Amino acid sequence: MKNLPQILRAAAADVVEAAPSRRSFLKGAAGAGGALVIGAVVPLGAMAARPAPSLVGPPDPRPNVFVRVAPDSSVTVLVKHLDKGQGIMTGLTTIVAEELDADWAQMRGEFAPADSKLYANHAFGMQGTGGSTAVFNSWDELRMAGAAARAMLVDAAAAEWKVPASEITVAKGVISHAKSGKSGPFGPFAAAAAKLPVPASVKLKDKAQYSLIGNETLHRLDHISKTNGTAIFAMDIRRPGQVTAVLARAPRFGATVKSVDDKAARAIHGVLEVLSLPIGVAVVAKNTWTAIKGREALNITWDDSQAEKRGTDQMLADYRELAKKPGAVATAKGDTAAAIKGAAKVIEAEYSFPYLAHAPMEPLNAVVELTEDGGAEFWAGSQFQGVEQRVAAGILGTTPDKIKINTVWAGGSFGRRATPTADYMAETVIIAKALAAKGKKAPVHLVWTREDDIKGGRYRPLVLHKLRAGLDAKGNIVGWEQRIVTQSFMAGTGFEAVAIKNGVDNSATEGVADLAYKVPNLAVDMHIAKSPVTTLWWRSVGHTHTAYAKEAFIDELAAAAGKDAVAYRLGLLEEHPRLRGVLKLAADKAGWGKPLAAGPAGTKRGRGVAVHESFSTYVAHVAEVTIKADGKVKVDRVVVAVDCGIAVNPNVIKAQIEGGTGWGIGHALRDAITLTDGIVDQANFDTFEPLRYADMPAVEVHIVDSAERPTGVGEPGVPGAAPAVANAIAAAGGKRLYDLPFSKAGIV
Amino acid sequence: MIRLNINGQVRDVDVPADMPLLWVLRDELNMTGTKFGCGQALCGACTVHVDGVPTRSCQLPASAAADAKITTIEGIQGKAAQAVQKAWADLDVVQCGYCQSGQIMAATALIAENPNPSDADIEAAMDGNVCRCATYVRIKAAVKQAATLART
Repeated sequence: MKNLPQILRAAAADVVEAAPSRRSFLKGAAGAGGALVIGAVVPLGAMAARPAPSLVGPPDPRPNVFVRVAPDSSVTVLVKHLDKGQGIMTGLTTIVAEELDADWAQMRGEFAPADSKLYANHAFGMQGTGGSTAVFNSWDELRMAGAAARAMLVDAAAAEWKVPASEITVAKGVISHAKSGKSGPFGPFAAAAAKLPVPASVKLKDKAQYSLIGNETLHRLDHISKTNGTAIFAMDIRRPGQVTAVLARAPRFGATVKSVDDKAARAIHGVLEVLSLPIGVAVVAKNTWTAIKGREALNITWDDSQAEKRGTDQMLADYRELAKKPGAVATAKGDTAAAIKGAAKVIEAEYSFPYLAHAPMEPLNAVVELTEDGGAEFWAGSQFQGVEQRVAAGILGTTPDKIKINTVWAGGSFGRRATPTADYMAETVIIAKALAAKGKKAPVHLVWTREDDIKGGRYRPLVLHKLRAGLDAKGNIVGWEQRIVTQSFMAGTGFEAVAIKNGVDNSATEGVADLAYKVPNLAVDMHIAKSPVTTLWWRSVGHTHTAYAKEAFIDELAAAAGKDAVAYRLGLLEEHPRLRGVLKLAADKAGWGKPLAAGPAGTKRGRGVAVHESFSTYVAHVAEVTIKADGKVKVDRVVVAVDCGIAVNPNVIKAQIEGGTGWGIGHALRDAITLTDGIVDQANFDTFEPLRYADMPAVEVHIVDSAERPTGVGEPGVPGAAPAVANAIAAAGGKRLYDLPFSKAGIV
Repeated sequence: MIRLNINGQVRDVDVPADMPLLWVLRDELNMTGTKFGCGQALCGACTVHVDGVPTRSCQLPASAAADAKITTIEGIQGKAAQAVQKAWADLDVVQCGYCQSGQIMAATALIAENPNPSDADIEAAMDGNVCRCATYVRIKAAVKQAATLART
């Protein structure tokens, strides 16, 4: 496994090439059992590209499949994105159902198989979920697939009934011909429809015709199975002969195994094998409990020569040293230094953000079975199928098409399950391969414990922001200077070429390098710090810190200018109507400008605002807080306005914004991963404290009515939540909070 | 051999006495509705009822449950449970869903004991059940809706 790093790098590099700029097309194919299957591919080009929906050009020969109409009239949508709670299986199924004129009760969802040729995320060029891209990138192809399937069913009915197709109507899953009085469900026509040619073009509905898209009464497809214990997660997969593995990883990042004494572990009844591997020491046992006990009995000596031995306090001090020097330039507009020099007032601030774990409720795990053809079959909450297939193929010395992935429900991710190196799925197949080499081939379930998860790295990076702005005598911003120091989780991966340009990692500067506020002189630069501590995108990526620094700082500038926090922002957003729209809506719904109801005697209350765009979705938060007599803060209520274009599933959108708001606030209150002498101080939910009931504010979500192309909502609820709370605390007379989490200031 | 009474059925399992009930359910009996979240009784994902009391199965040695009536998400029944599951579905509480078995076990026990829980009662009874998706707003609403449903 000496070439593992090369395998991992090459795998990601191969798959991040932007999707070719082909013209769009439809392709249908007959499926087994008389089912109609239909699919469409509409490449959207490189990330962030936004071509207008179109349906032109020649069909592609690939059997791309999104929709199955079964003889029993059930309609199954093959969902190429991982549903890790964000409701995308429901959202994408809604899109198909709308164009198909189906009844919601007949709709089903199923995770698509791993195949980047058929199921690429057009924003990535490979199959994968992330960046709140799913609805945006599937919008065209799924509407077309639904409309094409509808047209083929209508044609089949027209042939059967010997009536003109133009006289046939479809509503709520029933095909009807008024003149002849004939009508019927989809199922009986599925087989005949499958034999018909795919229409060269289809007419898509106008927004005014929608009855399912935008319908708040539709239930999630998983609303029953996840309330009775029947929904299957990777953790629940049980294959015949399956064994469980846990892996002892180095306590210090960058350390390797020097020697292992595994006698005591092997003596435990039920421990089947102990494997010393480049990734750590794996204990394989007949069940999870025994594997964990076996790992506890290991005596491992680690080689710390290349390991991180600093603590996070020292790392932050090193960041501050770096921040004294100019960094790689992300944005340089005008002459910022001169503008600030000539300003009437100069405001400076420094913000620090800790490492944070994702800690999804379902700890990382996967099941893999090595197959007879030299490949492997996975069961996993797989988020980056395109990378995972290539990495596993590299490890096994085969080709990606020999790696089958059965994607199952994932118990949360928040970014954690998508890695540029396939991470836990690579570990699983490495262990399965090593076990097979010992003559003990078996399906392997690798389970991470919560401690593995909290201590295991891939954190939201430690970040430092230094800001300086100049105001003129009227309080107008004349110059804005911002320096960011952080690690890059793109550096050294296959994504580096896309994400890092001239020393700037755009995943660390997003949200400020493109500052929405109109300032005449803007300078944003960054330093990429180095550490063996592994880092990763974490729900809303760079916006987790850039939005906080930007929105806390602008609030301070508004106060220094003696202006209202909402009015000040609106004045700087003339070129951003959608940001203005959500800001006004949230302020209006929250009663901004009207006095807050007083709290009990001895308490102080305040209201704060933040507005931010991320992933092409626009969100404003207004938070209301109470500072209690003992100085502790309670977040009472958050009013949120969101503009995500056409609201495909308002109920799901609201849930994501509620959850994203809780996520943002929960971590800001009291979460940090800290290191002492290179060792992570936290281990489980007692020391890395999740948001709990008592912390959760009331959340009120308002969706802007829009006809724009829909954009994602999994992440955009996060960025503004914490700064809105911080600004509310300041408005209530509390301290401005520069160092996260807030518990550092003793107010939580 | 340990004899357990799970969802009204007697199950004999050949496991070490200290193996937590969680792993007996999941790995020995293939009852995977009860979830592993933290292993330290800090998140509530593994909540089952032991003689009607919500209990963290990850910290309960199987041998200690030998004389008790154990109920899991797979076997939960009765007016309170049905009301809770209906309210959860009606309000689309779930997101990732991984914690929800435990949330439902906790909520059912709460309603069985307190037919009209306030926000503070819900917070007190369910504070040990973590939801990383932060579905707390909807859970609170669902518990109240379920309580109303169970009373009528």
